[in-house]
Amino acid sequence: MYRYDAYDQKLVDERVAQFRDQMRRHLAGELSDDEFRPVRLQNGLYIQRHAPMYRISIPYGHLASRQLRKLAYLARTYDKGYVHFTTRQNVQFNWSPLEVIPEMCAELAKVEMHSIQTSGNCIRNFTSDPFAGVAGDEHIDPRPWAEILRQWATFHPEFAYLPRKFKIAVNGATEDRAVIQVHDIGLDLKKNEAGEIGFRILVGGGLGRTPIIGREIESFIPWQHIITYCEAILRVYNRYGRRDNSFKARIKILVSALGIDEFRWQVREEWAHIKDGPNTLTVEEVHRVADFFEDPSYENLLADDAGYHHHIAEDLAFASWVKRNVRAHKKPGYASAVLSLKKPGVAPGDITSDQLDLVADWADRFSFGEARVTHEQNLVLADVKQSELFTLWQLARKAGLATPNIGLLTDIICCPGGDFCSLANAKSIPIAAAIQERFDDLDYLHDIGDIEINISGCMNACGHHHVGHIGILGVDKNGEEWYQVTIGGSQGNSAAIGKVIGPSFARAEMADVISEIIETYIEERHEDELFIDTVRRIGLEPFKARVYAERQPHKKVANV
Amino acid sequence: MSKVIQNGRIVSSDWQIVTVAEGEEAAAVAIPAGRVIVPLAAWLARRDELAARGDVGVWFASNEGPEALAADIARMPVIAVNFPKFVDGRGYSTAVLLRTRYGYTGQLIAFGDVLRQQFNYLSRCGFDTLQPREGRYSDAELDAAVANLNDYTEPYQASVLHPQPMFRRIARAGAKA
Ligand code: HEM
Ligand code: SF4
Repeated sequence: MYRYDAYDQKLVDERVAQFRDQMRRHLAGELSDDEFRPVRLQNGLYIQRHAPMYRISIPYGHLASRQLRKLAYLARTYDKGYVHFTTRQNVQFNWSPLEVIPEMCAELAKVEMHSIQTSGNCIRNFTSDPFAGVAGDEHIDPRPWAEILRQWATFHPEFAYLPRKFKIAVNGATEDRAVIQVHDIGLDLKKNEAGEIGFRILVGGGLGRTPIIGREIESFIPWQHIITYCEAILRVYNRYGRRDNSFKARIKILVSALGIDEFRWQVREEWAHIKDGPNTLTVEEVHRVADFFEDPSYENLLADDAGYHHHIAEDLAFASWVKRNVRAHKKPGYASAVLSLKKPGVAPGDITSDQLDLVADWADRFSFGEARVTHEQNLVLADVKQSELFTLWQLARKAGLATPNIGLLTDIICCPGGDFCSLANAKSIPIAAAIQERFDDLDYLHDIGDIEINISGCMNACGHHHVGHIGILGVDKNGEEWYQVTIGGSQGNSAAIGKVIGPSFARAEMADVISEIIETYIEERHEDELFIDTVRRIGLEPFKARVYAERQPHKKVANV
Repeated sequence: MSKVIQNGRIVSSDWQIVTVAEGEEAAAVAIPAGRVIVPLAAWLARRDELAARGDVGVWFASNEGPEALAADIARMPVIAVNFPKFVDGRGYSTAVLLRTRYGYTGQLIAFGDVLRQQFNYLSRCGFDTLQPREGRYSDAELDAAVANLNDYTEPYQASVLHPQPMFRRIARAGAKA
């Protein structure tokens, strides 16, 4: 994992000092709300329903055990004893009073953490594959590149006041687990015929009000040029992105307006001036950063641990956890374990301080002191010996972190919604809860198999509803909360935007609606066919017919 | 005369920035004698007359770029960039382009909604003069604000102020250090 040197530390410390002073001036009335707003936003601080919401950056989702403990401590000391992991691999506090934020910021800096650029119209946290470095299908480890780019973007003086927020994701595996197709820039590491490393670059993807799949701007940019190329994209966007209407200010709107060919032409024109300039990466720098991500000291183990297989055979509950929550590892005898933050009854992505401390202990004991955050809002211990999985499972089970539902219907991605967020049209957490409650039979869940339900409380799409196999979107209808359902969205290599099935539903109907969709799938599916494949094969109609058959359709909500 | 921060010191600026009132044609605006900075449109419309004076600079609106002034940039006694709202960040790119692509080495003023929290970024993008709105800061605040130029002393990325990125500027220790 990357460790700060004196220079990284100094920048973070300087931010703490700067923010402390800004907060002091704000509280003293020298910095108006309007001026304080972008300042606090670039430091991850929103003002929300109940209190400020404070978002902390977790670069490409990597956390060391001491960082987990620090989060636990902060939640206990300054918040209500729990935190929320987000779809962008970050973590949020929901209840901390404004005045203590600089103190929290200072505490974070002690463990090489910060909240820099976690919000605001700037380059946000870089996200990547939670299984980076351990996945069997990885051709290039994305983490050194994400770290190099993180440094380039941090306090970038030219791109701090962009038309709108800017999100970049990096993938280095065959299967895209970083959702690069719905990012402002999606970077796909690859090798060319000569075996040289470079990037396929997608641009203009995004969810929100206008969901769009990113388009390819370059099929291969050699690694040396990745900073200058990104800089060219950002400069064109900063100069020509729309600033008159914040709903039309994302880069995707610019790319659509110009067309990808014209946009590419403008970027290349800009790039021609800066290519080969000082920002061209050096082998030395790439090696320096890559050294931090070398494999930990794995033991040489047998591919299959006998004890582990014995436990699987003997213990059904363990077997079902292994089936859903344990992933193969590139190293024989090792595995990655996903700790589910989707226990029914708990808001998706939430975790208490006590649980965080336990995860930190397990990270130390079983996984070289590290954990990762997934954009599905779960945690991963990436490097666990097969022989220790049973012990880990027993501990996790006791702590409520071993729900065997990864990738199943109850592994719901969900934004904070109306319970916390002042932009919400509707609550989202109670919908997740109702669905989890409805589908409480594990055998049935396993029978339904892989399916992704994503819920957002408004069209900002923090819950990625467009790319859920089933997407649920909170809409406002004359001041009432309604929910619109989409089917057929997906993330990954075949990313797609889901289609609306029809008029929206009242909250009380939502569990029924999901049941009816699932029943339709069960009736229609071919043997071993996943939900999404059935949808792709038979289309929306059978689902619509079923859902609306016995339902008096509510009046359609215009354009939402 | 406005108080500005120029090269890290508080000084009075005798450059008068000619602004365009609502409904007024930039090209037709009245241009007083003395050291003035005129809107780009005025310069382009009355170039020969203004160029002959030698004490006339140009300012860019946030949606204008250096391309339009290209041929004249080198001879400008001063160039300014307006920040109508601090959230409008186009002026940062304008400054970078002036300094790196058009080779402009003269005085470069950021004016308008120019705030302390932007000082460090503005100066790293090549502004040597920061001119907050009249009355925005008290003398004491402006004194204190000079320190904000150095909010980040050793930034990662290359910029006008740090032509080399950190990885070329500094030998950094690696994982094995
Ligand atoms: C509670 C406070 C929050 C507020 C006020 C908020 C606000 C917003 C807004 C306004 C957008 C739309 C931006 C645009 O399209 O231009 C957005 C997008 C997004 N938010 Fe949030 N958000 C909040 C919490 C969260 C949380 C908790 C998560 C993760 C679970 C999250 C993840 C995202 C993601 C992934 C997007 C990207 C959609 C895209 O690609 O356009 N946000 N958020
Ligand atoms: S999707 Fe809407 S309701 Fe949900 S967190 Fe984002 S802004 Fe809030």
